[in-house]
Amino acid sequence: MQYPKELFIPLAEKAVHTDIVRPSITYWQDAWRRLKKNPVAMVSMVFIILLIIFALFGPYFSSYSYSDQDFDRRNQGPNSEHLFGTDSLGRDQLVRVMHGARISLAVGFVAAITTFFFGVFYGGISGYLGGRADNLMMRIVDILYSIPFLLWVIMLMVLFRELFPATGGGAGLYSIFLALGLVFWLPMARIVRGQILTLKEQEFALAAQTIGAPRWKILFRHLIPNAMGPIIVTATLSIPEAIFTEAFLSFIGLGVSAPRASWGMLSSDALTSLRSFPHLLLFPALAICLTLLAFNFLGDGLRDALDPRMRK
Amino acid sequence: MLGYLIRRIFSALFAILIVITVTFIFMHAIPGGPFQSEKAIPPAIKANIEARYKLDQPLHIQYVDYLSHVVRGDLGPSFKYRGQTVNGIIAERFPVSMQLGLMTFAIAIIAGVGAGIIAALYQGRIPDYVTMFFSTIGISVPSFILGTLLMYFLAFKWGLLPAAMWGTPQHVIMPAMALAGLPTAFIARLTRSSMLDVLNQDYMRTALAKGLPRWRIIWVHAVKNAIIPVITYSGPLLAAILTGSFIVENIFAIPGLGKHFVTSIYNRDYTVILGLTIFYSILLIGLNMFVDFAYTLVDPRIKLTGGKE
Repeated sequence: MQYPKELFIPLAEKAVHTDIVRPSITYWQDAWRRLKKNPVAMVSMVFIILLIIFALFGPYFSSYSYSDQDFDRRNQGPNSEHLFGTDSLGRDQLVRVMHGARISLAVGFVAAITTFFFGVFYGGISGYLGGRADNLMMRIVDILYSIPFLLWVIMLMVLFRELFPATGGGAGLYSIFLALGLVFWLPMARIVRGQILTLKEQEFALAAQTIGAPRWKILFRHLIPNAMGPIIVTATLSIPEAIFTEAFLSFIGLGVSAPRASWGMLSSDALTSLRSFPHLLLFPALAICLTLLAFNFLGDGLRDALDPRMRK
Repeated sequence: MLGYLIRRIFSALFAILIVITVTFIFMHAIPGGPFQSEKAIPPAIKANIEARYKLDQPLHIQYVDYLSHVVRGDLGPSFKYRGQTVNGIIAERFPVSMQLGLMTFAIAIIAGVGAGIIAALYQGRIPDYVTMFFSTIGISVPSFILGTLLMYFLAFKWGLLPAAMWGTPQHVIMPAMALAGLPTAFIARLTRSSMLDVLNQDYMRTALAKGLPRWRIIWVHAVKNAIIPVITYSGPLLAAILTGSFIVENIFAIPGLGKHFVTSIYNRDYTVILGLTIFYSILLIGLNMFVDFAYTLVDPRIKLTGGKE
């Protein structure tokens, strides 16, 4: 069958409006813009930044150290010389709360980092390999998951305390880092695996494969960056969990050892003289609660900003 | 259904086996611990432990032996106190913890679901804001802070409740409140959001159009469906109550199992620590399995074959 050429009339070229209405913005810029609109998350972020400054530089501006004892000024209430008062050994409560902030933040930071690297690595590989390897790797996670975090951490702490007898009070802290690092990556591994499972079926992964990209490159350069939103949210939310766990352990006497001060330990010390000196509880308790609140709010805000679909 | 049940039971048993294996490795890894002979421990206890764990045998025989004892429900003797066994400790102290745990569970479910329903029904109005304000605070106050604050105000300042110890119904209230704080707040948020989901469903409009009374729509049609996520949360809830009891029982000097667990950590009573860890793990894995079965029965939409999200 033949069609005469005359039947084909080129379409009149439409005036295409080529001016870009708004400058295009990246995913991260968009997320940041959404986060900025969330006042609660922004206030939390400012609080966390202030807390970091307070913890890092605060102790240098105080004339006391966290272990200085002054037996003439024991159990004082807040006053001009000791803003937060003093404890039962005459130690300055303000510096001790600052020191506690250092420990809490360090614990949160270490937990977030290990969660980030190990959890992403494990979950990414499990999801990308799929099949039997995935099944095996996730069974391991399921089994570790079936016991609560705290029970594992307590068990590990009991072991570490014997393996590394406390030298200078630092051992307790390193044991906490290690114990948290060993169990905190589990939720991250699950989440990353789920993300990778769906991402690897998408066209861009196939495209990368057809141009001959090596498997590790597809996983780490193409798939994982696309799962960054949930990864960051999970890592952020693991921080308050870790801070809480450290406080819990220190409260039951398994955490950092004296004369170091952590918020959990300060709260537990305050308990013994609660009836007479309730002010000793006030500042560490306030510090824990506000910090947990701020990190939880920031995590929620990040979730809304990074993953608009999950918005409720 | 049956296939799922069997698979679920097998994976639970496997998880328990892993826990037992890990504790066995721990026992042998702890320097100066139960099976290291350098440490001076009373000869009677030493004899007890050696007889019980067959220390003269090779490691794999010890392991099989240990396993067979746990399977038969024998968690071993105390490393610190002559004549005490882990089983004896559990029998004596677990009922106390269970009483506290059940009370906490009841508070968390009733108060949490109640608050969540109210918040959802009054969405965007004052009751909603008040409930959500308290639940936000509740989520970031650890149980040991809440417990200490309750003790200070309710016991010391206002003298309403006894500060510590155990025995009368009044003694249960404060520790149960301290333990229930966080789960209640969490359940309230969970119930609120799932209740809002349900209220926007078409069948709610149908029920309204049929002219059903309001209470019936809310209680029979909405709450029944909105409560399913809460059932799913009862697994983590049980874990929270259990680990929380370690602290709360210590604060309020309650002679429960959680307090003893912490005491044995202080005392380095290894066989008790490990025995109780196994006990807690079995308890939790078992209860979680039960929860899984329960909500597959409650919600026919949940597939029975998966076992994974």
